[in-house]
Amino acid sequence: MELEMVDRIVDRYDARSSALLAILQDIQQEANYLPQAALRQVARRLDIPLTRVVRMATFYAAFSLKPRGRFVCNVCLGTACHVRGAGRVLDQFQRTLGIGVGETTDDGLFTLQTVNCVGACALGPVVVVGEQYHREMNNRKVDRMLKSYRKQAGE
Amino acid sequence: MAPFSSTAELHAYQQALVERRDPDRTVIAVCYGTGCKASGATELIDALKKAVQEAGCSDRVSVMPTGCHGFCEGAPLVVVHPRRILYTKVKPRHAADIVNKTALAGEVIEPLLFVDPDTGNKVVHEGELPFYAHQHRLLLGRHSTTNPEEIDDYLANGGYGAWARILDEQIAPEAIIELIKKSGLRGRGGGGFPAGRKWDSCRNAPGEVHYVICNADEGDPGAFMDESVLEGNPHSVIEGMIIGAYAIGFPHSRTEGYVYIRHEYPLARHRLAIALDQAREKGLLGDNILGSGLSFDITVNRGGGAFVCGESTALMASIEGFPGEPRAKHIHTVVSGLYGMPTNLNNVETWANVPVILNMGVQAYRAIGTEHSKGTKIFSLVGKVNNTGLVEVPMGMTLKDIIFQVGGGIRNGKRFKAVQTGGPSGGCIPASLIDLPVDFDRLDEVGSMMGSGGMIVMDETTCMVEVARYFLNFLRSESCGKCSTCREGIARMYDIVEGITRGEGKPGDVELLEELAEVVREASLCALGTTAPNPVLSTIRYFAEEYRAHIEEKRCPAKQCKALITYRIIEDRCTGCTACAKICPTDAITGVKDQVHLIHQEKCIQCGSCYEVCPVDAISVE
Repeated sequence: MELEMVDRIVDRYDARSSALLAILQDIQQEANYLPQAALRQVARRLDIPLTRVVRMATFYAAFSLKPRGRFVCNVCLGTACHVRGAGRVLDQFQRTLGIGVGETTDDGLFTLQTVNCVGACALGPVVVVGEQYHREMNNRKVDRMLKSYRKQAGE
Repeated sequence: MAPFSSTAELHAYQQALVERRDPDRTVIAVCYGTGCKASGATELIDALKKAVQEAGCSDRVSVMPTGCHGFCEGAPLVVVHPRRILYTKVKPRHAADIVNKTALAGEVIEPLLFVDPDTGNKVVHEGELPFYAHQHRLLLGRHSTTNPEEIDDYLANGGYGAWARILDEQIAPEAIIELIKKSGLRGRGGGGFPAGRKWDSCRNAPGEVHYVICNADEGDPGAFMDESVLEGNPHSVIEGMIIGAYAIGFPHSRTEGYVYIRHEYPLARHRLAIALDQAREKGLLGDNILGSGLSFDITVNRGGGAFVCGESTALMASIEGFPGEPRAKHIHTVVSGLYGMPTNLNNVETWANVPVILNMGVQAYRAIGTEHSKGTKIFSLVGKVNNTGLVEVPMGMTLKDIIFQVGGGIRNGKRFKAVQTGGPSGGCIPASLIDLPVDFDRLDEVGSMMGSGGMIVMDETTCMVEVARYFLNFLRSESCGKCSTCREGIARMYDIVEGITRGEGKPGDVELLEELAEVVREASLCALGTTAPNPVLSTIRYFAEEYRAHIEEKRCPAKQCKALITYRIIEDRCTGCTACAKICPTDAITGVKDQVHLIHQEKCIQCGSCYEVCPVDAISVE
């Protein structure tokens, strides 16, 4: 974990404490999660209590305090996806990967997350992996999709 | 190019743009909203560009990515201008034909046309699509002809003209507020508060800065209106905010703008950032805009995935760098909002309406809609409906017309059961109220609300108790935890409803839910808590029979609640194809190929996989 990266991000916002949310977002974007050392450095640099930083990092659902997998699978649980069977899709992820929501597989490949709505409601149930959207998902497609990511990782 | 320093320079530039542009130029517009992008529009655009290059016709034909056209059902969509020939579900392999046949030879490619399921007729032109024909697209109408990443497209269509006219005709800020009041514009984000009155109160509140905020934290699950407006026409929102800043803070105060946008909307954020940069370059944001004396710029803040941040005081706390916890509004945010200064917050759609109203005139705008709800409303029409997508209709259109005329009815010939509006704060409206005209007040009357415009259609296979459970689960995890009635009350309501869906409901549960609902509603601080009981109360009000069946008979009439259903193989129909046995995650299905299979109930986890894969509908749910 490079603290220079944190410094660079903090400087981007002139070390303003009002930019705390944006700073944490940028750190997570680079580090894939919010490492403890980074949170401490942010508190030091913004001259605010560590508790305030941690409170932000735990209040907002977008943040993870644990390292996440190479492929972060976001299962959309928006109402439109829900009525079209998103619950079954999520169950299938849990069964196939053997992990719960918010957890990461032991091989570090997959993290399972849920999201309230990604705004692609016409295509539900939707799963977003990284920047890729997968539409009209069902149990079969989940298995096929995970297989193809595994293959991609093996290459 | 130097920034415009006066409206005269803006007009001259627009004039030159219009003269330079050939209205008959062939443009292949590809819908590039989140929905179409998710359906492969990126690859399609690349293929089209390549095809244009290979045909050597880039001087005559261009490929243009646009914002959401609304007809997500046909994604990815292509419209070939100037004839507006519409193709649906287009794949990259169709690119060469579209360029060579349609763009260059004017030929229509029959297999890519949309077929109207009602008449069997092929639809050739965009405007003839039944989905669009019944809409009134004041805000969305330009999406298929505008490249949202090119400010020139907005300017060539008269963009920033409402703002320029205010300056040319020296219309006073107070007079703008009067116009907005007269237009009857009500906030499109949920509460429906009259926008003009809000602006007026904010203008009259003392403060050295007046903040103007656009709420793009569209948190209602199943709603993507604001996302699409920002993706498709971001300058309309920016223009609305500039006019708002002028009306609210000029000349007596300094003004600053913010857009608070969900982090789940990367494309909208990207397009907004481009639009803001281009507006700055042209001198439409910044110091002394067009020589008016107004200085105004807009900062973008990303949300952090917290639903409660759509609430105004929580949103402002979040911009200040704190957790999004709402505060009591004894003093309204228009008086003391962001950093304790007068702050006017409206949502994306409200801001986008502002230039539209000023351009078309207050009288013409007021002619659309109902007595107390003027103009149009954008809905995201989703769920079990045929034509899913984004629709913009006049206020007062009936649910029936929206769902059956625009939406094309219910999928797979199923029966319409209910429609959910207003997100987690709203309610479920039953089929018996299908003739209800949709406006702010009528939705309130039936126990739901307009909200931001999500409209989730449900059919006979949707269990209403399960819907209530879904929303309680959502609200339980999104409650910020500040008020105990919301934090604990919703959690207890969830436990009860979840128990009912598992067949553990007891007599008296419904009455207890109603009692808890009363407390949560009365004693919570913000709208998240005070409206949280709506999904439960509205389903109890209209679907009491379903609660009774779950509680007394341990039966789920919609056959959705896992604990109350059994999957069986219909022996007469099973062909022994083994598809179900292969997919079953718990090996609960056994059988020999070409012979009838069997589900072992003790192993079955009701995942529904077999039901999904069976090619001959040989699985029954009881």
